[in-house]
Amino acid sequence: MTHGLALSRANAGHSLTGGAPRPARVLPARATALLVAVAAVAFVLSVSVGSVGVVVPWAALDPDHTSYAVAAARLERTVTGCCVGAALALSGALLQGLTRNPLADPGLLGITAGATIGMVLAVAVWSVQTLSGYLWFSFLGAALAAIVVHLLASLGGGAATPGRIVIAGAAVTAALTSWTTALLLTDHERFDRLRFWMVGGLGTGYDALQAVGPTILAGIVLGLLGTRLLDTLALGDDLARGLGRNVVRDRLVVGLAVVLLAGSATAAAGPISFVGLIVPHAVRAMVGSSHARVLPLSLGWGAVLLILADTVGRVIAPPTEVQVGIMTALVGVPVFFLLVRRGAGVRW
Amino acid sequence: MTTLAPDVPAAVESVEAVRAARRRPRRRLLLVWAGLALATVAAFLARVLLGDFTFTIPDAVRIVLGEEIPAVSFILMETKLPRAVLAVLVGLALGVAGAIFQGVLRNPLASPDIIGVAMGASAAACFAIIELGQEGVSVALWGAAGALMMAAVVRLAGGSGSQLVLVGVGATVALQALVQYLFTRADEYDAHIALRWLTGSVGEATWSQIRLVVVGLLVLLPLTAMLAKSLGIAELGPDFATGLGVGPRRTDLVLLMAVLLVALAVAVAGPVSFVAFLSGPIARALNGGRRTLVGAGLTGALIVVAAEYPADYLFTDVNYPVGVITGAVGAPFLLWLLASGRTGRSAR
Repeated sequence: MTHGLALSRANAGHSLTGGAPRPARVLPARATALLVAVAAVAFVLSVSVGSVGVVVPWAALDPDHTSYAVAAARLERTVTGCCVGAALALSGALLQGLTRNPLADPGLLGITAGATIGMVLAVAVWSVQTLSGYLWFSFLGAALAAIVVHLLASLGGGAATPGRIVIAGAAVTAALTSWTTALLLTDHERFDRLRFWMVGGLGTGYDALQAVGPTILAGIVLGLLGTRLLDTLALGDDLARGLGRNVVRDRLVVGLAVVLLAGSATAAAGPISFVGLIVPHAVRAMVGSSHARVLPLSLGWGAVLLILADTVGRVIAPPTEVQVGIMTALVGVPVFFLLVRRGAGVRW
Repeated sequence: MTTLAPDVPAAVESVEAVRAARRRPRRRLLLVWAGLALATVAAFLARVLLGDFTFTIPDAVRIVLGEEIPAVSFILMETKLPRAVLAVLVGLALGVAGAIFQGVLRNPLASPDIIGVAMGASAAACFAIIELGQEGVSVALWGAAGALMMAAVVRLAGGSGSQLVLVGVGATVALQALVQYLFTRADEYDAHIALRWLTGSVGEATWSQIRLVVVGLLVLLPLTAMLAKSLGIAELGPDFATGLGVGPRRTDLVLLMAVLLVALAVAVAGPVSFVAFLSGPIARALNGGRRTLVGAGLTGALIVVAAEYPADYLFTDVNYPVGVITGAVGAPFLLWLLASGRTGRSAR
C-alpha cells in the first residue's frame, strides 16, 4: 500500500505535464545553490544597471555616495520587483496545481483583469485614493473573476479541462477589459494616470510595498502551507478524498492564497502576465513535480525573472524604458506556444 | 416488393411525418430571418429618425431623394444616415465572420475577438496612430493588415482546432501588453484616439467608407455563401471532414473569408467589441440550435445599429464609441447565454 502510494505520488505530475511524469533532473540542493547565485547576480545588476548608466551597487547603502539617489531608487524598484515576481510565480504554481492545468496563469485566467477592474472601479466610482484602500477592491475583483472563470469552464457537464479554462479566462478578460475601457473613456485625466499603471511597471516604490507587503506575506504562508494539499489533490479528487482530505476546504485555502498573491501583485505593479506560467514550468523541468520543491523554488525564480526582465527593459530601448509587463510577455509567449504545441491543452 | 403493398398507408403516413419534421426547421429559419430583418429595419429607422434631432418619415424620404433643406439635410445625410448604414454593414460582416469562426473551430468562444484577429488589428492600428502619426485611411489599412497578419501567424503557429484557439488566446494577451506599452509612449491626445479606435466606433462614417464596405461585401459574401456549404461538414471536426471530402484546404478557405470580412469591418470601424462573439450564438439559439450564417449576419447588424442609439444619447455629455455599449451589454449577455446552455450545444 505504501509502495503504491509512493508510486502515485511520484506520478503526481503526470496530469500537469501532459506527458510522462517528471523525475528530478537536478538535485534540489544544487537547484537552490544555482538560484542563490543567479539571484545575487540579478540583484546586483538590477541595482547597478539602468538608463542613467552603471553605478556601484553599494552606493545604495551609503547616503554620502555621489550616486546614492540613483542606486537607492533602483534598489527600491528591485525590492518591489522581487516581491511582485515571487507573488506572481507562486500564485501561478498554486493555480496550476489547484486546477491541474498546465496553462494556468493569473493573467491568462482573467484574475489580473478582475483585479484591474476592481481597482479602476474603486478609483473611478468610489474615489478611493490610497493603495491600501483599493487593494481590497483588487482582491474582490480577482476572486470574483476566478470564480466566474471556473464556473464558465465547468459548464455543460464534464471537468473544466485546461483548454476550456483558458478560453473561459479569455472571454472573461475580454468582457472585463471592455468595461474597463468604458470607464476610462469617460474621463481623460483618469485615463492618463491609469495607462501607466495598466502596462505593469515597478515605479511605485516602497509605498506600494508597504501596502501590499502583509497580504503578499499572508499569501506566501498560506500557499506554502498548501504544499501537501496540492500533492494530494494532484492524485484526483476521489483519491484525495479517500486519503482523508477535505477537498473543498483544501481548494478554498489554496484559492485564497492565489487571490491574495495575484491581487496584491496586480495592485502594486499593474497586470503582468506569463510570470506565473513560465516559472513553475521551468522549475518543474529542473526538480520534478513535487510541490514541496516546486513552490519554494518558484518563489525565488519568480523574483529573479521579474527583476531580470525589468533590468533588460530599462536598457533595451534607451532613452525610454520598456515596462516589465511587456518583457515578460516577450519571454512568455514562445513558452506558451511551446506548451500548447506539446499538447498541454488538448483534452477539451 | 409484395411485402410493401399492405403497408402503403403506414408508409405514406411516415413519409408525411418525415416531411413535416423537415419542413419545421425550414419554417423556423424563415421566421428567424424575417424577424431579425424586421428588427434591424426598426432599429435602423429609430436610429435615423429619432434622437436629438427628430425627423418625420416623409421629411426623411424627401431629403434622401435629394431635396435640400438647409442644415437639416446635413444632419441626416452626413451624420445620422451614414452612421446607421455603416453600423448595419459592419455588423453584418462581423456577425457572419464570427459565426464561421465558431463553426469551423467548433467552439462558441472561439470568435475573432477572443483568438486574436481583432487584437492584431488593434495593435497594428495603435502602432500606426501612436508611433507613425497616421490617421484616417492609412490607420484603417494598418488595422486590416494587422488582422490578416495575426490570422496568418495564429494559423501557422497553432495548426488547427483547439491548439489554434489556445495559441490565439496567448497571442492576444501578448498583443494586449504591446498595446498598453504603446499607450504609455503616446501623448494624451493620441492615446485617446487610439482608445476609441480600440473599442470600435462608427462615429466618423463617410459615404466613401460605405462605398468601400459595400463593394467588399458584394465580393466576399457570395464567395462565403458558396464555400459555406462545406461548413456543416467542417463542424464535424477535421478528421470526419477530410473523410467526407472537405479537406483542411477547404476549411482554411472558409476561415480566410471570415478573416477578410473581419479585416474589412475593422478597417472602417475598428474591432467593435463582442459583435462577432455574440451574433453566432444568438442566431443559433433563435434558430433552435441550428447554425445560420444569414441569421448571424442579421443579428450582428441589429446589435450594432441598436447599440448606436444609446452610445450616442445615453449620456448627454459623452459620445461613447459604439463598441463600449456592445462590450458592456454584450459581455454579461454572452455569459448568460453560455450559462443557460442556449447555444444549442454544450458550452465547450
